[in-house]
Amino acid sequence: MKSGFSIFLAILLTLGGSWIGFVVAPTMQLGTAKLTTALVTGDTWPQQRTGEATLGQQIYRANGCVACHTMQLRQDGVSFEVVLTSAGKINPTAVSNLISTLTLTGLNKEAADIAADKISAVGGKTETHLTATGADISNYHAVRRSVAADYLYDAPVQLGSLRAGPDLANIGARQPVAAVHLQHLYAPSSVTAKSAMPSYKFLFEVRKQINGVASPDALNLPAEFATAAGYEVVPKPEAKQLVAYLLSLRADAPLYEAPFTPATTKP
Amino acid sequence: MKTQDPRAKTPDATIDASCRLPLLVLFNGAALWLVLGLALSVIASLTFHKPEIFACCPMLSYGHAQAAANDLLVYGFCVPAALGVMLWIFARLSQTELVLSPLPFIAAHLWHLGVLVGLVAILTGNTSGFAWLEFPRASAMLLGVAFVLIAISAVATFGQREERELYPSHWFLLAALLWFPWIYSTANLLLVTNWPVRGVAQSIVHWWFTNNFIFVWLALVGLGVVFYLLPKLTGQPLRSKFYALFAFWTLMFFGTWAGIPAGAPVPAWLPTLSQFASMMLVIPILAVAIVLVKTLRGAKLFCGGSTYGYIRLGGLMFLPSAVLLVAAACPQYSRVLEFTWFGAAQVQLHILGFGTIVLLGAINEIVPLIMDKPLPFKKFVPWQFFLSVVGVALFVIPLLIAGVQQGHSNFEPNAGKFWLKLSMGGLVLLLLGSLLLLTNLFLMTLKWKIALVKTVAAAVVAPLENSEVKS
Repeated sequence: MKSGFSIFLAILLTLGGSWIGFVVAPTMQLGTAKLTTALVTGDTWPQQRTGEATLGQQIYRANGCVACHTMQLRQDGVSFEVVLTSAGKINPTAVSNLISTLTLTGLNKEAADIAADKISAVGGKTETHLTATGADISNYHAVRRSVAADYLYDAPVQLGSLRAGPDLANIGARQPVAAVHLQHLYAPSSVTAKSAMPSYKFLFEVRKQINGVASPDALNLPAEFATAAGYEVVPKPEAKQLVAYLLSLRADAPLYEAPFTPATTKP
Repeated sequence: MKTQDPRAKTPDATIDASCRLPLLVLFNGAALWLVLGLALSVIASLTFHKPEIFACCPMLSYGHAQAAANDLLVYGFCVPAALGVMLWIFARLSQTELVLSPLPFIAAHLWHLGVLVGLVAILTGNTSGFAWLEFPRASAMLLGVAFVLIAISAVATFGQREERELYPSHWFLLAALLWFPWIYSTANLLLVTNWPVRGVAQSIVHWWFTNNFIFVWLALVGLGVVFYLLPKLTGQPLRSKFYALFAFWTLMFFGTWAGIPAGAPVPAWLPTLSQFASMMLVIPILAVAIVLVKTLRGAKLFCGGSTYGYIRLGGLMFLPSAVLLVAAACPQYSRVLEFTWFGAAQVQLHILGFGTIVLLGAINEIVPLIMDKPLPFKKFVPWQFFLSVVGVALFVIPLLIAGVQQGHSNFEPNAGKFWLKLSMGGLVLLLLGSLLLLTNLFLMTLKWKIALVKTVAAAVVAPLENSEVKS
């Protein structure tokens, strides 16, 4: 360790280790990721964004939305629910008596299997439903955690590191109405009282109504946020693109690495 | 530490003078960016008080101002200040004049140009979208070239050293010179291009870069500077070289693997490995603590705001900053603290409490030496010290509290709002402190330039000596 060169070599190897581990290896593992298939429906995942939403992602980037919003949902685990689909013809009374004695929700895998076995032993037919659990899931009305596959089409991928505002990984499913998003961008506190979000009025245009008739695009604002009579607030293309992007953010297809039972298949 | 050896060929004053030009450019620009960066931070935190304040001014809206402020702090202040301090330390440790000194002089201008380009780009929305890496390609190229040019001069100076034995600061600073171009080029080539890596691999590279730049690189520089200046200022040897080198290797070995958050949507081996490495950071933290405590114990110096005070406090600040990093990586805490202001507070403590205070101390120590003159307002040094200390405390502690409240309330939208508002006070104090540094440096440069002009003018108008006058 006396010569400069051997030190250089040692430093190179130590630092290079982390470079290989956290740059080369993940790029090899994930850099060739391809479209995957959603469970149940068999649709490809993730879905390609519309052109407008793809442009909206650049509005999201340019305005630094990532400073306050994450785009990653965490999950603690899963809970199982055994659902009776048919009491069967052999002995329906026995099945219903049995069911009243069993716990069928909030189970783990083993308990769910045992319960299902008990019910089928007396002739009932069951389905086992899977639900994701965790603070993020209940906080943001999500159905599953975020997984690597969700971000395949993103450039840049903006997972974020701070939730000064809510997580947006599933915002398109949580709030699918474009008009609400537009109003929220224009005047956040008109949608959420005491909202800490800055207003993005610069994405909108205030203009005079033509012949006193509001344009179809004009925001329908509550009285205290409305503009002067005869004027209207119209979203600029940037605002529409941003909202199209927000609506495209969904983490709601069951995947192999994040399974759950979709609501539509539940009876 | 070495005092002036009578046998040394080059006197310290000559070495210092050889660093003057590049260091002046680096430090003056850094001081200006520090003021602008903190001013932008203050502007950004106005949003906590009145969310709709910049509704019609996209340039100063939170997403723009906050990103610009962060980048000005690290790329504008920390890196050029660190490079200047490094050049001087290498020249002093080598007991030789700065080699290839025009190179860092030109590079310093390129660097500041790159920061300017990046600042304009962020404010006008041309950000890359990756935190701590927002500067666009044009800017990144300027920064990369400038850094390499300065590193060449530093390494050439290192190669000229009289004393072949290496000092611990050599290790820290050489590693920093090698690591920055490596991580910066990797991150830019893989993320800020038209062909970025696919999907979530972007985030992994980004986390790797952020951790290695903010935590590891700044730690290498800060500790390297502390381990050089502490013994020099106290007149005590570093106790001990062994612990310092142990801290160096463990910091590099474990620190470079930290930074991937626990709940990240990536293959599980990545966060697991990263969490393990973060836990192991306890080892370098202990080693650094031992070095600092043992070295400081013998020193009986009054520190009230002297450069020694800066270096001592800055060095000690590494410990809480790194401990918070380890704490935030513990699974039971990360469940609560992930995505809260807690992480932001740790990063700001590392940059402002540790890196910036160490570098400010070094600048205040070095500038009078290279200019061969005392600072115009000597009082500003202790004033800035107290402003910085109170400012960092008033900025970081409220953010930590806000983070904990946010985590415990499960991201209730208005959790910790009071503390966020309070944190702006700390930023204002820091801004005032940085204005003192800027005043001192600019006045000193101005005086020096006026003196230079006067000397030149005097030489021009001086009557010719008799011997040169043709009869």
